[in-house]
Amino acid sequence: MTKKQKNNLIRIIITSVFMILLLFIPAAGIVRFVLYLIPYIIIGYDILIKAVKGIINFQPFDECFLMSIATVGAITIAVITDGDYLEAVAVMLFYQIGEWFQSYAVGKSRKNISELMDIRPDYANIEENGELVRVDPDDIEVGSIITVLPGEKIPIDGIVVEGTSVLDTAALTGESIPRNVNKGDEIISGCINKSGMLKIETTKEFEDSTVSKILDLVENASSKKSRSENYISKFASVYTPIVVFSALALAVIPPLINIIILSEPASWFNWIYRALTFLVISCPCALVISIPLSFFAGIGGASHEGVLIKGSNYLERLSKAGVIVFDKTGTLTKGVFEITEIIPQNTSEYELIKYAAAAEQYSNHPIAQSIKKYVENTDLPIAENIQEVAGLGIMANISGRQVCVGNKKLMKNSGVEVQENETIGTIIHVSVDGKYYGKIIISDTIKEGTRIALNELKKMGIKQTVMLTGDNKKIADHVASEIGISSVYSELLPSDKVTKTEVLLQSKQKEETLVFVGDGVNDAPVLSIADIGISMGAMGSDAAIEASDIVLMDDDPGKIPKAIKISKKCMRIVNQNIWFSIGVKMVCLILGAVGLANMWIAVFADVGVMVIAVLNAIRCLSLKKI
Amino acid sequence: MKKTYKIEVDCANCANKMEIAAKKVDGVKDATVNFMTLKMKVEFEDGADTESVMDNVFKACRKIEPDCEIYYK
Repeated sequence: MTKKQKNNLIRIIITSVFMILLLFIPAAGIVRFVLYLIPYIIIGYDILIKAVKGIINFQPFDECFLMSIATVGAITIAVITDGDYLEAVAVMLFYQIGEWFQSYAVGKSRKNISELMDIRPDYANIEENGELVRVDPDDIEVGSIITVLPGEKIPIDGIVVEGTSVLDTAALTGESIPRNVNKGDEIISGCINKSGMLKIETTKEFEDSTVSKILDLVENASSKKSRSENYISKFASVYTPIVVFSALALAVIPPLINIIILSEPASWFNWIYRALTFLVISCPCALVISIPLSFFAGIGGASHEGVLIKGSNYLERLSKAGVIVFDKTGTLTKGVFEITEIIPQNTSEYELIKYAAAAEQYSNHPIAQSIKKYVENTDLPIAENIQEVAGLGIMANISGRQVCVGNKKLMKNSGVEVQENETIGTIIHVSVDGKYYGKIIISDTIKEGTRIALNELKKMGIKQTVMLTGDNKKIADHVASEIGISSVYSELLPSDKVTKTEVLLQSKQKEETLVFVGDGVNDAPVLSIADIGISMGAMGSDAAIEASDIVLMDDDPGKIPKAIKISKKCMRIVNQNIWFSIGVKMVCLILGAVGLANMWIAVFADVGVMVIAVLNAIRCLSLKKI
Repeated sequence: MKKTYKIEVDCANCANKMEIAAKKVDGVKDATVNFMTLKMKVEFEDGADTESVMDNVFKACRKIEPDCEIYYK
C-alpha cells in the first residue's frame, strides 16, 4: 500500500464508523446537518477541491465535478425538504471505496505482473584486482569478462570463456528444462545459472541483450491498442457527456411538461433527484480500467509461459484464428538431421553404427555430424587412411579392415550391390571388407510437440491447418500424413510461400484471421503479410523477434494452441466486462429515469460494477489450467 | 523522435484524457499513455524542442487532471 492508499483507507474507516454512530444519535434540524457534514467533508474534501479546480479549468465532465454536483445536490434537497443526509455521504463514501479498491487492485496486479517478468538482472559481477565487484549492467562494455555465480541471473548475452554449468531457462521459456553449458557456448541473458561459476565474455551491450529486448517488448505491448480498447475509449469520451446532458434534460423537461401541458405540480425535487442519480452513474470507470487491465494481465501471463505478444491488438486477432499456416523445416520438424532408422545386415546394430561413426569421426559433413551425435560418449576405434570421396561418401581403414560409408554408388565401387526402395530421407550404406553391413537412414525429425499441437488445434475448432515447404513432395506428404495437417503445398520457393499465403488470405472467412508460424529466419515476408506472424525458437534470435507479432521463446509447437487459448480466455473476459458494465449501467440509468433506482443503486452501478470488472480482469493472469 | 516518460495518475479514465490532451499539444506528433505501466510515450515533430514541448504537455495534462505528474526533467 502506498501512503496515499493508507491515508484514504483511514479516511474511509473513520467515515464509516462516524456514519454508524450517527444512526444512533437522535438529532434534528441544524445540528443534524452539521453532524452529517463532518463525515462528508472528511471523505469528500479532496473530491470537492478537485471539482473546483475542474470548474476553473473548464472541465465540465470531470468525474470529481460530477460526483460533487450529485452529492451537494442531494444534500441541498435534504436541507430543503428536511430529508435524509445519509445518502449523499454514503455515495461519496462508496465512491471513495471504489477508487481505493481500484488503485489497490491495479497496483497489486502491476506488481504481480512485474514479478512474473522478474528477469531483469540488477547487477553484473566484474573482477577487479582479484575481487568481484558488482556494477550496473548498463555500464558493461562489449567484450568485457563478467562472472556469474551459481544462483545468479545471466545479466548480458555472451560467450562462456571459463567454467561449466547448468542453466535454468524457465524465466524465458516457461519450461524448466535445464541446459548444459560449457566453454565456448553462447548464452543469453535472463537465464539463471544453477550450478557452477561461469566467466562470460559479453557480446552485446545490456540494452541490446535478450533480457532487455523482452522486457521492452512486453512493456510496450499495451501501447498497441486493440479494437476493444479503442472502442472503449471512444465510448468513454461520448458516454459521460451524453449521460450529463440526459441528466440535465431529466431535471428540466419533465417538470416543465408537468407545469405547462399537464397543469400539475412540477415536483422539481423529484426530478432533480433522479437527474443527480444519473450523474453518479456517469463515470465509465469500470470499462476504462478493466479492459486495458485484462489485456495487460493476459500479455503478462502469456509472457510468463514463454509466449511474447507484442500488442493487445495481436492478442485480440489471435483469438479469432481460423487458418494456421506452418512453415515445415524448423517449425514442425526439428530442422536437424537425425538417425531415424538403423537396418543392419550380416551384423549387429551396434557394430554397424560403430564402423560408420569411426569412419566419419573427423568429417564435418552434416550427415557425419548426425551419426557422430548418435554415438556421443562412446569410444570409437581409430580410423586411418581416411578418404573422402566427394558426392559418394567416405572410406577408411579401421582396425585393419576396409570400411566404406556412403551412397549406393560408393557401394558399387567397393564391390557391393544394394537395392534401394522408396524411403523418406537420406540412406547411408556401410560395407566392411567388401561385405554389406546394412544401412542407416537419416532424416529431419518431427518435433515431439507437433502432433499434440495439431490435435489440440483441431479440438479447438481450427478448421484449416496448412503446411508450406520448399522440400520435395514426397517428404512433404510423408510429414503431413504423419502429423495430420489438413493441406500441404510443397516445392515452394520463398516467393511462392508469399503468393500461397496471399491466396489463403483471400479465401478465408472474413471474421477469421490467418496465422503464420515460422522460425523467423527466412520467412520474414510471410510473417509480415499474415494477419498474425508467430516466430518460434526466439532464444537469442533478434531477427525473429523483429519480424513477428508473437514470439515463442522456445521452439515447442505446443505453445501455439496454448497462445490461442490464452487469447480466447482474455477476450472472453474482455467481452464479459464490456457487456456486464455497459448492461448494468444502462439498466440503472433506465431505472433511475423512471424513479425506481435511487442513489444507492446508482453508486453500486458505478463502484460495484467496477470492483467486479477489475476482479474479473485479474483472472487473465492465472493461466495455470490452460 | 520518441521518448518515454514515467507518469503518476490515479484513474484509468484520467490517463485516457491525458493522452488526448497530450496529442493536441503543438510539437507532439503522437502520444500514448499506458495506465498499466504508468508510462507516457511521446513522439515529437521533427525539430521540436522536447523540453519546452513537454512543459506544454504537462500543463495541458494538469488542466484535465490536477493530480497528475509527468517526470520529464
